[in-house]
Amino acid sequence: MIPEIGHFALLAALAVALIQVALPLLGVWLGRPRWMEVAVSAAQTQFVLILVAYLCLTWSFIDMDWSVAYVASNSHSQLPLMYRISAVWGAHEGSMLLWVLILAGWMTAVSVFNERLPRDVLAMTLAVLGAISIGFLLFILLTSDPFARQFPVPLDGRDLNPLLQDPGLVIHPPLLYMGYVGFSVAFAFAFAALLSGRLDAAWARWTRPWTTTAWLFLTLGITLGSWWAYHELGWGGWWFWDPVENASFMPWLVGTALIHSLAVTEKRGLLKSWTVLLAILAFSLSLLGTFLVRSGVLVSVHAFASDPTRGVFILEFLAVVLGTAFMLYAWRAPKLARSGELNLMSREGLLLFNNVFLVVASAAVLIGTLYPLFVDAFDLGKISVGPPYFNMVFLPLSAPLVFLVGIGTVMGWKQARLGDALRRLRVPFVIALLVGLSLPWLLHRKSELMAMAGTFLAVWAMLTALVDPWQRIRAKKNRWFGLRQVPRAIWGMSLAHFSLGLWVLGLSFVSLYSVERDVRLGPGQSVELSGYTFAMEGVQHYAGPNFDADRARFTVSRDGRVLAELDPEKRRYRAQGSMMTEAAVDHTPMRDLYVALAEPLENGDWAVRVYYKPMMRLVWLAGVLMALGGAIAISDRRYRLASATRRAAVAGGAEAAA
Amino acid sequence: MNGLLRVVAAMLLLAVCGQAAAQDDLAPPQQERYRVLINELRCLVCQNQTIADSNAPLAADLRDQVHAQIVAGRSDAEIIDYVTARYGDFVLYRPPFKRSTWLLWVGPFALLAVGLVGAMAFLRRRRRDAVTAQSVDPERLREILEDKDA
Repeated sequence: MIPEIGHFALLAALAVALIQVALPLLGVWLGRPRWMEVAVSAAQTQFVLILVAYLCLTWSFIDMDWSVAYVASNSHSQLPLMYRISAVWGAHEGSMLLWVLILAGWMTAVSVFNERLPRDVLAMTLAVLGAISIGFLLFILLTSDPFARQFPVPLDGRDLNPLLQDPGLVIHPPLLYMGYVGFSVAFAFAFAALLSGRLDAAWARWTRPWTTTAWLFLTLGITLGSWWAYHELGWGGWWFWDPVENASFMPWLVGTALIHSLAVTEKRGLLKSWTVLLAILAFSLSLLGTFLVRSGVLVSVHAFASDPTRGVFILEFLAVVLGTAFMLYAWRAPKLARSGELNLMSREGLLLFNNVFLVVASAAVLIGTLYPLFVDAFDLGKISVGPPYFNMVFLPLSAPLVFLVGIGTVMGWKQARLGDALRRLRVPFVIALLVGLSLPWLLHRKSELMAMAGTFLAVWAMLTALVDPWQRIRAKKNRWFGLRQVPRAIWGMSLAHFSLGLWVLGLSFVSLYSVERDVRLGPGQSVELSGYTFAMEGVQHYAGPNFDADRARFTVSRDGRVLAELDPEKRRYRAQGSMMTEAAVDHTPMRDLYVALAEPLENGDWAVRVYYKPMMRLVWLAGVLMALGGAIAISDRRYRLASATRRAAVAGGAEAAA
Repeated sequence: MNGLLRVVAAMLLLAVCGQAAAQDDLAPPQQERYRVLINELRCLVCQNQTIADSNAPLAADLRDQVHAQIVAGRSDAEIIDYVTARYGDFVLYRPPFKRSTWLLWVGPFALLAVGLVGAMAFLRRRRRDAVTAQSVDPERLREILEDKDA
């Protein structure tokens, strides 16, 4: 009964979504405010209905209802409760349901925090979001019904993919989807602005906090995914340029570009049509990412061709959404008023180049990800495009950008004087140069050119990020007062740019100075790596809730002093018989020591992988701080102040009415 | 012929030692080459993993082959040719530059060139137009943001 309620709720949500598109648009066209207002209640109703469907599916998982095919394929009676709840998004059907749930959540947020929006813009924005929702609801109902029953009912489930049975994976997909789907709001705002022809600085201000929020979730999601891969895949890597990773990285790059161009549009009223294009592109890439991951096309073009229903549906949906958006863009964008002066020697001038680099970087990732598919589809052979390619292409596209960040943040708007900027940058430049030349040698007694360049860029980005707030503080007589006078938007920006530097630092050291060894070890034997001794004490067998495991005990010591005890595991999950690696890591901010069991050899020996990875933590710390920067920026007074005045106005209006 | 014998001998030796000790008997520069090579070759039976990262038997076998070739004194280019001849371009994570892949290698940089030139041209045009243009009207912005009933 419960699954049927869920299915029915989805059908009802589809009906509501249809109303949410049709009535408000008609209302705008015919000038009927009451019809426009339907958008708000429809969005909220839709959210409740999809939430009901989602909870029904969750209940089927908790209740272990094996008659539901999706539940039986992705759960098991021995699966712990936490994973039974997260298994809802463990495979295709459920993750699509999560997708629409989050979309409805964003929609509802727009309908609640809408106070500064003109009524028609709000109506059109919600209508566009409703249209996207229709597409995904149809997709679920027609091709990927998570509530479908099966008979005969199996005695037990086939278990959740063991790779996904990890706390990191419990929150990784929701965070990532929050980001992906969040760009739909910027898209809908852009679409509505194009429809109404009112694309101005106010539009940019409405869009900014939404875009930054989506971006910060995506940042967190990607960071968490990288951390998860590091712990769970057992080869010490944290980014592989896998198509699935690229699918999330492309919208991130374009989303970052969008955040920066929105700043130009809001502050100076410039680059309007470009900003709109980026808003469309960011969401397009989110949809493309969904298509790539969900269609099976990544595994093989032929797999896609043999079971095309889902893939073709998303492809058609993609074509409709993008086709409509770009046609509207081509029709309206040329009519946008071009105004204002744009100089190279100004913040907006440099932000233009920031956009060039970010968008080209995203395009490079796109080319590298899709190229093997095209080569295969046109029968030109089978090729692989992997880390060597991406690292080689990406580095020259991103290094200049990091350098540019430093100059851009000290440059004023409109027309900056180069002399002023250079004077502010003198100290950071010299310090970055000195640290860059010395740090690699100080830490590792080995100066590599790449490490010096990386350290220079990192320190450069970190120091220049502090210049702007520092000068604002120094301008005030009372420093403490000055500190509190710096707007949060500035703090957020500084923190995000500082984190970029931190990230470059971690990236440089971990990729250039990591040491790894594959060794054969038995109990009582040890291996030395970068001055650390990894001694294998023994291996024990134990039974987990739904797996059996071998757990090794390693003692890590340096100069005879014990630093840590590490317990890497090799697990065999009973239901599917699949083997999983649980790496064990001891970490400080300066280094990770990583042990993973590769495979058992004869006589109780194991093939073991040990890694020394300097500054590994900085990579993820930077990701989290960057997202925090975004959060601080959207808490800026500017956004809250306006909504407070609006609330006061609403209250006043209510009194007047009463 | 001599080279081939050495390869076979090295392989036999390896079969005895097992892969785990594989890299220890190499001199440091060779070890570095070994590490770079195995990180650029794809494990053919895995889902997107290098042979360095994979625990699959086929990956271990390919690692041993690379190791044996290095011991036999082959250059990196010769080893790449050897594995490509056996497994095709698919095994290389760094695709070769040829007729079907030139766009892959040139594309991103061509786009960058187009982007930079385009941005410069845009700035130029803007400077010319700047004389008559005006920036955003702050009055109008406030009006829109505070417009209560629009």
